[in-house]
Amino acid sequence: MFETFPLWPARASAYAGQVDALFIFLLTLCGFMAIAIFIMIFVFATKYRRQKGVLAEQIEGSNALELTWTGVPLLIFMAIFVWGAILYFHSRTPPNDSAEIYTVAKQWMWKFQHMEGQREINELHVPVGRDVKMIMTSQDVIHSFYVPAFRIKQDVLPGRYTVAWFRATKAGRYHLFCAEYCGTAHSGMIGEVVVMEPAQYQQWLSGGPAAPLPQAGKEVFMSLGCSTCHRFDTQGRGPNLTGVFGKPVLLEDGRTLTADENYIRESILQPAAKVVSGFKPIMPTFQGLVSEEQLNALVAYIKSLSQPPAGTAGAPNNPSAAPTGPTQLQVQ
Amino acid sequence: MTTAAVQIPETENYLNKEYGIRSWLLTTDHKRIALLYLITITFFFFIGGFFALLIRLELLTPAGDLLQADTYNKMFTMHGQVMVFFFLIPAVPAVLGNFLLPIMIGAKDLAFPRINLLSWYLLVAGGCLMLYTILAGGADTGWTFYTPLSTAFLNTHVVAAALAIFIAGFSSILTGLNFIVTTHRMRAPGMTWNRLPLFVWANYATAIIQVLGTPVLAISLMLVALDRLFHFGIFDPNRGGDPLLFQHLFWFYSHPAVYIMILPGMGVISEIVTCFSRKRVFGYKFMALAVIAIAVLGFLVWAHHMFVAGISVYAALIFSFLSYFVAVPSAIKVFNWTATMYKGSISYTTPMLYAFGFIGLFTMGGLTGLFLAALGIDVHVTDTYFVVAHFHYIMVGGMVMAYLGGMHFWWPKISGRMYPEAWGKLAALIIFVGFNLTFFPQFVLGYLGMPRRYWQYSPEFQVLNVLSTAGATILAVGYVLPMAYFLWSMRYGKVADANPWGAAGLEWTIQSPPTTFNFDETPIVTTEAYNYDELQEVPVGR
Amino acid sequence: MADSPTVVNSSEVHNPALRHHFADMEQQRESSEFGMWVFLITEIMFFGGMFAAYMIYRYLYYPSWAAGSEKMDFWYGTINTVVLICSSLTMALAVHSAQVGRRKLLVTLLIITMLFGVTFLVIKGVEYHGHWVKNEFPGAGFHVEDVDAAAAVHIELFFSLYWAMTGFHALHMLIGIGIVALITYFSWRGKYGPDYHNPVEITGLYWHFVDLIWIYLYPLLYLISHTHKA
Repeated sequence: MFETFPLWPARASAYAGQVDALFIFLLTLCGFMAIAIFIMIFVFATKYRRQKGVLAEQIEGSNALELTWTGVPLLIFMAIFVWGAILYFHSRTPPNDSAEIYTVAKQWMWKFQHMEGQREINELHVPVGRDVKMIMTSQDVIHSFYVPAFRIKQDVLPGRYTVAWFRATKAGRYHLFCAEYCGTAHSGMIGEVVVMEPAQYQQWLSGGPAAPLPQAGKEVFMSLGCSTCHRFDTQGRGPNLTGVFGKPVLLEDGRTLTADENYIRESILQPAAKVVSGFKPIMPTFQGLVSEEQLNALVAYIKSLSQPPAGTAGAPNNPSAAPTGPTQLQVQ
Repeated sequence: MTTAAVQIPETENYLNKEYGIRSWLLTTDHKRIALLYLITITFFFFIGGFFALLIRLELLTPAGDLLQADTYNKMFTMHGQVMVFFFLIPAVPAVLGNFLLPIMIGAKDLAFPRINLLSWYLLVAGGCLMLYTILAGGADTGWTFYTPLSTAFLNTHVVAAALAIFIAGFSSILTGLNFIVTTHRMRAPGMTWNRLPLFVWANYATAIIQVLGTPVLAISLMLVALDRLFHFGIFDPNRGGDPLLFQHLFWFYSHPAVYIMILPGMGVISEIVTCFSRKRVFGYKFMALAVIAIAVLGFLVWAHHMFVAGISVYAALIFSFLSYFVAVPSAIKVFNWTATMYKGSISYTTPMLYAFGFIGLFTMGGLTGLFLAALGIDVHVTDTYFVVAHFHYIMVGGMVMAYLGGMHFWWPKISGRMYPEAWGKLAALIIFVGFNLTFFPQFVLGYLGMPRRYWQYSPEFQVLNVLSTAGATILAVGYVLPMAYFLWSMRYGKVADANPWGAAGLEWTIQSPPTTFNFDETPIVTTEAYNYDELQEVPVGR
Repeated sequence: MADSPTVVNSSEVHNPALRHHFADMEQQRESSEFGMWVFLITEIMFFGGMFAAYMIYRYLYYPSWAAGSEKMDFWYGTINTVVLICSSLTMALAVHSAQVGRRKLLVTLLIITMLFGVTFLVIKGVEYHGHWVKNEFPGAGFHVEDVDAAAAVHIELFFSLYWAMTGFHALHMLIGIGIVALITYFSWRGKYGPDYHNPVEITGLYWHFVDLIWIYLYPLLYLISHTHKA
């Protein structure tokens, strides 16, 4: 609304509008309830003000009334719960072909790695109309990725990946805030999400230098010697990583899990924790030898070894790639 | 009835029975211990309030120009820790509960008077350690101590603060233990469970939470301390630990803790509304069951503080669902209080004004809880000023007003004096206005997206922040007034007789102030609570 | 009856141990027993937090848990378990002695109970020392020998919980010994007999509870199987 005195946050995605709808419904409902109670109290307090000769009427209660004002609110609450749950489910289920942007949060800045190779600090450029999935981890303490204009927020944890996604519908610059207290400069850990029209976004992309993220990851893969054991045939001392991402993996101890980002990450940092069936626990740990950004690049590279390749922000949404369920990144 | 001016009550009572500091510091009289608590929590209220004022002053401008960032972070941390653990949790149970519980059930004292005194000493010990923490430079973890920030990334006095709260926690546990055993075993003949005043029920439900929940806080803080002191890695992701485990352990106590803070206040309101409507409470059984339901259900909803923390979608669904259930008994209580006023005979005394304020503000705070329990909304407003406004509406608009209402209501019983009624009404009004001006803008700030714990903020949030700070200064004035006139009344207030309000309840059948052992003879109870049908003719307010 | 309001009995001859705010000895006794039970529930909640952490991490990192358990000294743990069970026996016998008024026996049994308690702590201390010199203490210098790679990842977590859980248990043992010492002194002074022995009973409750915590800790820490997977 007003520039210097806004009363409603900017709305930059369709989802934001859906959240606002529930909020306005609740404002109306709760406003009505509150006013009803205030009016009743006001009326009773004045109408039944103490007067000489008028005695209070001793009313013990009414089971019917009690059950009514227990049951009716409960039903209304259940409706609110369902509505809120539907919204939440949607916000935690990124579409399958979302463009992926890796995020590393650290005291006190946001670092973004685009798949095309661009790196940004505290500024995040995204195109209008594209599903964007943030794959996020923290280098130190818990932070929280909060963009009020999209009505999304997700804590960013050390030691694992968490995910948030959005589709911007309106070009503009929007606040990015850290929303989990993280020390001295918590309130300075802010930035902007810059939403651009697709044409301008392409222009911005082409201005960037670096190699695409999977390419950078391949370079790390080679330079750290991973390819020595992780060969692309069956002769390697480590599993062939082609097509591994997103598929079930059988472990030495008999468990099966799905190879997601957290699994890849854990396998690099604590390789002995989950050894693939048929292999020995001989892989050395790279804890302390590889930065979060390098880890993100490696994860992007390994994902690229599975067909089809992960979505990039420059390409349009693929409407046929429907999401199958909420993202459940495995806890290490 | 005696006239005004300086008149010292001549009868022997618990205040004048013995003089000297030893008789106070070694007392086992629950009423004297209540006053010891009163002094302690009032002291900490003003310390916590001072930190709040500094916070609001800093937030007058978007830039961080009053305090350094680290100092500001300490301010909100210590404001929260002091207010929660050294004011709100003890306030009604340890002051009003200690004073009234035995009398209301017809007993001479609590079951364990010496443990009661120990409870106070524990609060003082914890308080001294907290004072040391503040003077030595404070802690800046936030009152929530989230790991790994608190365990591995701060070099402030985290362990001292944790230990201070740990010790105060045992004060709370022992008080709860005392209240449970007292309520079960020390009721006078004829005082069945169904005849107990709702204030007793509320404190009993609170005691259950204190006993079951606080030890989990104790172990959470201990594990943080062990992590800092001995480098245990229980919450360190680099060593396989999980930071979320801390959050689960912490909130397992800290959510029920908010019910520790509000339930006793609800008990106070039941006493006040019935007295000043001259009516029995509407739906006694439902009111009693509601406080028990809140205590039980309150243990099942803790992870609604963690919807964006990285828990699974399914866990979030369950906790959101359950959170709506805990809202229902609170709603029942609001409806019942309102219904109690229906066809009553209502007086606008100061306690009743606080009760009106409580019902209105608690309703608003409780309704905004519905917003927060809705998953889709919570994602947007959690960790913003929306949450800050929500819990301040309940704890300050609700709990503190109930506490003040209770202090005014029972002041004649506690001190033998009346407070000046006109000043009482004025202070209540100032507090109501100041409170709303302080905290209502924060709902708007929260939805706009202003995060909490922000030392500096984006300029478009300034107008609302200025309104909030203006309200805080008004609120401060409102809080100072009662302290001033209560002190004044101890010497110059009108002498009160046994039942100046014409209220029901055993406490009003004994002299003001009571004797050390409360009753000359053990009372035998034959009526229900709130027998206002028998007390109708007694005039109110003398 | 459990919760019925008490009947006043002002003409009852006052037991010198009757505190003024209780109507009679029965109310006093019931209250103090109830109070101790409520206190023990708080202790369950206190240890419960650590047990919860243990169970969660055990589920996630079983190989580390089994490996950590193997590093425990089976014989010290087993002997300590027997010691504590015996101490609970002597404590129970002490309570009975108090009930029947056998003062000398009461004092003797309380002293033996304390000796068992001290024995437990000494053995625990020897155990702790053994772990300490092998650097099996969490922190920068943490090190465990002969552990396979899969298990080594999270074995430090196991040790953190081992030290925390047994440490708090040992602290409660120490407090228990202190309380028993106090009761022993009062017993020797002849304070307890058939008319009044409630403090001995509730001390017994506390002692049995601390023993029970150990009964849970022992298999969870010392007896984790290698052959099972979870």
